[in-house]
Amino acid sequence: MTDTLLKVQNLQTHFDTPRGILRAVDGVSFDIRQGETFALLGESGCGKSMTALSLMQLVPEPAGSIVGGNVLLDGNDVLQYSEAQMRPIRGSRIAMIFQEPQTSLNPVLTIGDQIRETVYQHTSLRNDAAKQRVIELLDSVGIPDPERRYAEYPHQLSGGMKQRIMIAIALAGEPDLLIADEPTTALDVTIQAQVLDLLKKIQAETGMAILLITHDLGVVAGMANRVGVMYAGQIVELADSETFFKTPRHPYAEKLFASLPGDMKRGQALAVIKGSVPPLTQQFSGCRFVERCDYALGVCRDTVPVWLESQVRCHRYDQHWQQLFDSQALHNVDQQTINRSNPSEDLLLQVDDLKVHFPVHKGLFRRLTGHVKAVDGVSLSIRKAHTLALVGESGCGKTTAGKGLLQLLPVTAGEVIYNGVDLCAQSASKMRNLRADLQIIFQDPYASMNPRMLVGDIIAEGMIAQNIVKTKQQRSERTKQLLEQVGLPADSINRYPHEFSGGQRQRICIARALAVNPKLIVCDEPTSALDVSVQAQILNLLQSLQSELALSFLFITHNISVVEYLAHEVAVMYLGRIVEQGSVEEVLHSPKHPYTQALLSAVPVIDAKTQKEVIQLEGDLPSPMNPPLGCHFHPRCIHAMQVCHDHYPQTVNFSVSHAVKCHLYAPS
Amino acid sequence: MNIVETGLSWWQVKPDVLWTDWLIYALLIVVAVFINHARQHEHLRAPWRLILRRRLAMSSCIILLAFATVGLLDSVHFRQAVEQRSDGTIRYGNESISLFDQIVLPLKKYTEKTYSAPFAVQLYSKENIEMDDGSMRRDYPRLKYGGAHLADKPSARYEDIKSRVITALWKAGVLIVAITIILALWRGAKRSQGLACSLRSMWLGHGDIPWKTIIATLAFIIILISLSLHLATVYHIFGTDKVGQDVFYLTLKSIRTGLVIGTLTTLVMLPFAIMLGIMAGYYRGWIDDVIQYIYTTLSSIPSVLLIVAAVLMIQVIIDNNPDVFSTLQQRADVKLLALCFILGITSWTGLCRLLRGESLKLREADYIQAAQSFGVSNLKIITRHILPNVMHIVLILVVIDFSGLVLAEAVLSYVGVGVDPSMISWGNMINGARLEMAREPIVWWSLMAAFVFMLMLVLTANLFADAVRDAFDPRLRNS
Repeated sequence: MTDTLLKVQNLQTHFDTPRGILRAVDGVSFDIRQGETFALLGESGCGKSMTALSLMQLVPEPAGSIVGGNVLLDGNDVLQYSEAQMRPIRGSRIAMIFQEPQTSLNPVLTIGDQIRETVYQHTSLRNDAAKQRVIELLDSVGIPDPERRYAEYPHQLSGGMKQRIMIAIALAGEPDLLIADEPTTALDVTIQAQVLDLLKKIQAETGMAILLITHDLGVVAGMANRVGVMYAGQIVELADSETFFKTPRHPYAEKLFASLPGDMKRGQALAVIKGSVPPLTQQFSGCRFVERCDYALGVCRDTVPVWLESQVRCHRYDQHWQQLFDSQALHNVDQQTINRSNPSEDLLLQVDDLKVHFPVHKGLFRRLTGHVKAVDGVSLSIRKAHTLALVGESGCGKTTAGKGLLQLLPVTAGEVIYNGVDLCAQSASKMRNLRADLQIIFQDPYASMNPRMLVGDIIAEGMIAQNIVKTKQQRSERTKQLLEQVGLPADSINRYPHEFSGGQRQRICIARALAVNPKLIVCDEPTSALDVSVQAQILNLLQSLQSELALSFLFITHNISVVEYLAHEVAVMYLGRIVEQGSVEEVLHSPKHPYTQALLSAVPVIDAKTQKEVIQLEGDLPSPMNPPLGCHFHPRCIHAMQVCHDHYPQTVNFSVSHAVKCHLYAPS
Repeated sequence: MNIVETGLSWWQVKPDVLWTDWLIYALLIVVAVFINHARQHEHLRAPWRLILRRRLAMSSCIILLAFATVGLLDSVHFRQAVEQRSDGTIRYGNESISLFDQIVLPLKKYTEKTYSAPFAVQLYSKENIEMDDGSMRRDYPRLKYGGAHLADKPSARYEDIKSRVITALWKAGVLIVAITIILALWRGAKRSQGLACSLRSMWLGHGDIPWKTIIATLAFIIILISLSLHLATVYHIFGTDKVGQDVFYLTLKSIRTGLVIGTLTTLVMLPFAIMLGIMAGYYRGWIDDVIQYIYTTLSSIPSVLLIVAAVLMIQVIIDNNPDVFSTLQQRADVKLLALCFILGITSWTGLCRLLRGESLKLREADYIQAAQSFGVSNLKIITRHILPNVMHIVLILVVIDFSGLVLAEAVLSYVGVGVDPSMISWGNMINGARLEMAREPIVWWSLMAAFVFMLMLVLTANLFADAVRDAFDPRLRNS
């Protein structure tokens, strides 16, 4: 166990950019022992993936180059290897899987061919023997019916299956080290649980080491033996997993834990790491984290912290400076509480049996062959100053439901009652007047603003369309005021969206929505494209806005910990329908529906004690074009009975608010 | 009525604006508005700055500007006063003359009898010449204008050319040095540098703007102008054509025709392509179906047939309304305009298809949905959100299409369905060269001259288009 497999010493990878040399990886050292899982943890843009690519000598040329350091594999420095020498190393000694399984597979080759390619490259097996080996590999990564799958194309597989194929390709060369670069970030929680479980199983069987690159503390907690925290191109802390999660030492690691949303933090503001990662084009004269650190002293600005014996890069743990920190009381810690809104009982919006179906046309004459039932009878009610969370896996129709109730998509059937009128029955011009009250914030802050408009114009657009303020003067006053409300400087109005970071852009989007004085905002995964620390800022902002302006939120998300932290009520969606609905306490603490139970158990948690037994869901979400007969969930359900196959279950009420659709609880 | 005075000064003129002239002025205004707009918007300025920093792009831009200047000068038409009558009215000539004609008046006026080779002093074919003593001799007659200043010593031609070239180069050199110093002073004033310092950093290529390339290109153009000033006034540097017109004059006049076809066609095509393309992509449904059927049908008709049919129809219209189109030039102009329209109508489908695809993609963008959720009207969404985001495609395609259209004019005129035969154009020159190449000894110079000028225009336009595409392509810009 203790034999060192890979030793990285002072690795430096630089990029030549118009703004100067970008030190993406700036002196990274760590080692990986045989058979262990080493996790590199950090926010986006801190050099994790570039470290991995450097190990494989796959840094994109000629912009980037490895300028220094050693990567010792069994004592040989692979950085000195030529491209030809490197080729047998890749795949058979070190293999890699990537974040996006959709783009990692060639769409015009069968998956069998793609795996066999690697088998041919790294083993002497040919023809039938090679095919046999491929089928073995498919079987070992848990692909059902591997003989049939051998001849299928990537588009016939789901995301989770594709990632399994990627793992099979990586395993084909029987590598000693598997580099997994955010292997589950693009996948849903239940699929993530399957893939992580598979990786663990394979590791136990083959004894290979895994270098796991991730930003998700929960994944690290479940997988890693040892953890390296990366920040701005450097490793700032190395520790074994247990100690790291008990007592994180570096202030950055500390902050990462504190900014995680969750059940225990309800009613408090989340800790926020101010600012963002500094640009790596500069020469640092002090600690790279100093601007965002609560402990920062003068010494942190003047002296570059060195890597200490105790495996951490921080002056606080340096004997020279320790006293200085001890004498200094912790300053500017903003552990303020947030006023939670007092939800009133008044109904704001009532959704009744909403259906959004998309027609599917086929053939030469574009005959109607069926419907994708993206939303198939959803009923919800949102109360004033309330947050209703709509939870579910990707493809279950939660975004479609959100857009459907705002009438941004043609609604097939159902009613959306707001202020006594049915929005679905309104003419386009009548609807236009109602739009001010109902707003939306999108998932991707990069795509949700016109890149060719100034921020001021973007925010003012709604005011002009809704005729809210008449004069140009008033409009610019109001825009400035809105920007301040969301925590941005007023001079931002004369800048373009691309000048802002992801979190700042999401703030602009919020300001844009607020400009028309809405009553309800549909938040479509507003934090899933953001880093944890930035996510905390946005969640804090949303909460304080809710209590200030008595806003209601329909919060669409797949992130359970955000729901725990923010929501008053939860509705769980599966394949276009709501299967369970109730207050946060009811649904998250005593889930009744088997799907909710499985979903909650699959969420990776940091504290090992609260980790429940993961209920493995078999297979993937079925297609909404022809959902299974009876209960949509029965093919994956461990409690499935005959009646589940025959009938869709009726709603069973557990309390005034808590309702479940499952035959398990049907009265007799 | 008595004629009081003849021989009026050349500035007593009546502006005579042809239809294509109006459209060119309109185009100029559009370009000026666009430049003004782009100066105020950083996202538009940045790619243009990128273009100006590339050496090849800068060089081709300057050459294109030189072409454009000739074309513009040639688009200011007027009629000259011929005589003043006793009642004070002035009678104007029948012929429209452009400002450019006025500038190169010697080239226009000095027409020989028939073919003569470049720099020749004699005609290209033997004729019977009556000698002073009344006898007839068969020989190459002296040209009326080409090398006329040599008088009786045609053999001094080489010496004369040599000395004129030297003078021209010398004068051009002085001018280039002067311009370099002015540019250096202007650049130095902006960064508060001294002249020497500014010159040195221009030479060493400091900063973003490729000054060396700019000056080299300017020098190239100045030398050419200076050479033609000194030589073209006394020789036919590109020879003369069948009716004795100076070929150099013809190639210069062809620039306008080429530019008109290249730019006005685009102007005709853009409204169709942009409006229909975006509408198809944005509204989808039956609007999309109708627009798609229109352009698929249109692009499946052989465009040459369509052009032939339309040109013949226009010819009939002109013949039936002789009073509307009084002068020969007006008729030729209308035919040119008609050709632009026809080419425009047959060539918008490509751009339309591209814009439809892009709009289909954009309409699903979050910011369009955000605008919809504000209740912004469809027209506003199209003009504020979609149009600015497809403008780079329009720009790229317009610049690429330009060179294709210039070549198309040449091909169509060669086939005989292009511009009016009386209109000076490269296509007509090449068409005429068909017979010239077949005669013995061959007349090669008019084809050569048309070829060189067209090559220069199309090549620089293509190089410039490449730079524009690179600068506006976000994928290339990010890498």
